[in-house]
Amino acid sequence: MEALTGAVPTEVHDLATASVRDLNQALHTPGVAKRAAHWRVLNPRGAHSVACGLNEELTVAVEGHVGYYCAGMNQLAAVTVHGNAGVGVAENMMSGSVRVRGNASQSAGATAHGGLLVIEGDAAARCGISMKGVDIVVGGSVGHMSAFMGQAGRLVVCGDAGDALGDSLYEARIYVRGRVKSLGADCVEKPVRDEHLAELTGLLAAAGMDADPASFRRYGSARRLYHFQADNAY
Amino acid sequence: MNDDHQSAHPGNGLRESATFDRATIHAIQRAAATGVYDIRGWGAKRKLPHFDDLLLLGASMSRYPLEGYRERCDTDVVLGARNAKHPLRLDIPVTIAGMSFGALSAQAKEALGRGASEAGTSTTTGDGGMTREERGHSKHLVYQYLPSRYGMNPDDLRAADAIEVVLGQGAKPGGGGMLLGQKITERVAGMRTLPVGIDQRSACRHPDWTGPDDLAIKIRELREITDWEKPVYVKVGATRTYYDVKLAVHAGADVVVVDGMQGGTAATQDVFIEHVGIPTLAALPQAVQALQELGVHREVQLIVSGGIRGGADMAKALALGADAVAIGTAALIALGDNHPRYDAQYRELGSAAGFYDDYQDGRDPAGISTQDEELAARLDPVEGGRRIANFLRVMTMEAQTLARACGKAHLHHLEPEDLVALTIESAAMARVPLAGTNWIPGMTGSGL
Repeated sequence: MEALTGAVPTEVHDLATASVRDLNQALHTPGVAKRAAHWRVLNPRGAHSVACGLNEELTVAVEGHVGYYCAGMNQLAAVTVHGNAGVGVAENMMSGSVRVRGNASQSAGATAHGGLLVIEGDAAARCGISMKGVDIVVGGSVGHMSAFMGQAGRLVVCGDAGDALGDSLYEARIYVRGRVKSLGADCVEKPVRDEHLAELTGLLAAAGMDADPASFRRYGSARRLYHFQADNAY
Repeated sequence: MNDDHQSAHPGNGLRESATFDRATIHAIQRAAATGVYDIRGWGAKRKLPHFDDLLLLGASMSRYPLEGYRERCDTDVVLGARNAKHPLRLDIPVTIAGMSFGALSAQAKEALGRGASEAGTSTTTGDGGMTREERGHSKHLVYQYLPSRYGMNPDDLRAADAIEVVLGQGAKPGGGGMLLGQKITERVAGMRTLPVGIDQRSACRHPDWTGPDDLAIKIRELREITDWEKPVYVKVGATRTYYDVKLAVHAGADVVVVDGMQGGTAATQDVFIEHVGIPTLAALPQAVQALQELGVHREVQLIVSGGIRGGADMAKALALGADAVAIGTAALIALGDNHPRYDAQYRELGSAAGFYDDYQDGRDPAGISTQDEELAARLDPVEGGRRIANFLRVMTMEAQTLARACGKAHLHHLEPEDLVALTIESAAMARVPLAGTNWIPGMTGSGL
């Protein structure tokens, strides 16, 4: 690890020579943001659990591809992956932001409670599965079963969505600009009203996506599965 | 409900069908009337081979006993020293199993924490997150990591003393969970990020990993987030236990929890509870075999649950190779569940003391499996905690008594050689000889 000199002090951690454990331990050190608020991680080479469990207002730039659970359970920090991300990027994020410049594997943003996850490329299956309040903006398309059992938050898909979008949805809201291959159980298309256009405009702006909010369609829960009865016991 | 058909119609010559007994007839009639399958709490109620079918061999000419309640018989257990900086060091090898806030009242969760702490053991969260009452009153708190991830957050993860990755439970291996709307109060809904009053489904699959290879990566992530401080348990419902335990160990578990089909639930389909999984007695030797073959028996600890009711069950489970046992239903009974003083109110609900299993309804007269403020207030957490502590102490003293009689200076010195079985089935499952013989069905010849 070395401190670069310059206007904005930045810690550099090279995973070619040091371990993920060392990196995370350093990032977890109480008060780390006061000592070094900006971090660069070099040579991640698909490592798992990079920059997970962060709990302070840090910026972390990961320069390369990461494996599973990058920025898992993130709080407060802003993590950018300059590459592709493996399974479960930003899983269970609470706050802060995570940006993937490339594509993301399945279960991106799974169960996340808050914060903003931006995937500039495509996201694979189960994007936003069991999401609990996070906002997810995907520049490309998402795979099947995205937003499965989504409880709260917003999923914005600038491309297409795969099969069974929003299956067993609770209160999460979904916006898709392209084609939806099929909707999952209890997920229905809903009208886009002014308040939805307003929130979509805000989400796209926050994500830095250049897309016309008026070109999206909205999907949500029909709430027919909210009470157990014989007809919905499949 | 009444198994003794003779007492219902003594001497009148009526004969109840063994195939279509009254419970079966009632189930058919109920299904025909409602069109919905039966959902209830508790665990399997059918008769199963269990620890009652085993006996301990006290000391004799060839074994030397320890003196009654005076000579030392230690009970401590360390859980999770394999990888964690801070393993759990418990005074007694019996813990409180995972039960959710939501399924149980906050008072009940607090009482469980108080009792466990007083007795020197751990309690466990459930599918609904960690409550302040529970954390505040639990010296050792195990935080469950469930498919639903309701209430899951890194602050609570770091505040926990251990993490239990739950793949399933004995009452419903392969099933998710449900909490019916009458128990989804504002507080419960808030912790689970769900609308108030809806019937809530808990997922049966983890959302961001599938299979043991992924689980290994998931466990490493949990260790990274908590800086390798906490033991990581993996809990499985008893089914393919031999393979599940091996895979859990390969995935990195510090502790494996095996929950047999007698294990309780707050709400599951009756057909699921009674027809899925295997008995605790059948699962335990499979788990021990798996650990032994991997060379990690006692290094990776084994906690067994599902129908543990007292010190005898505990001693027998430890003799078969468990490092600790966990109790759930028994703990609720110790708190006051199914107590005769509530019999009249149980009857108003169509049940009776000793039979009540409608934990899903939220109308529990004992104030345990409810979110109704008036009912929940009936349970004093301090008094409840005292009862839990008493019960845990009695369990431990009973187990010590049995261990001393077998000449053991620590409960963990109990061994399969101290056991025999009363039935062929239990001998085969527990892999101990049928009493009076050398015969272990499936393992040895049939001769004396």
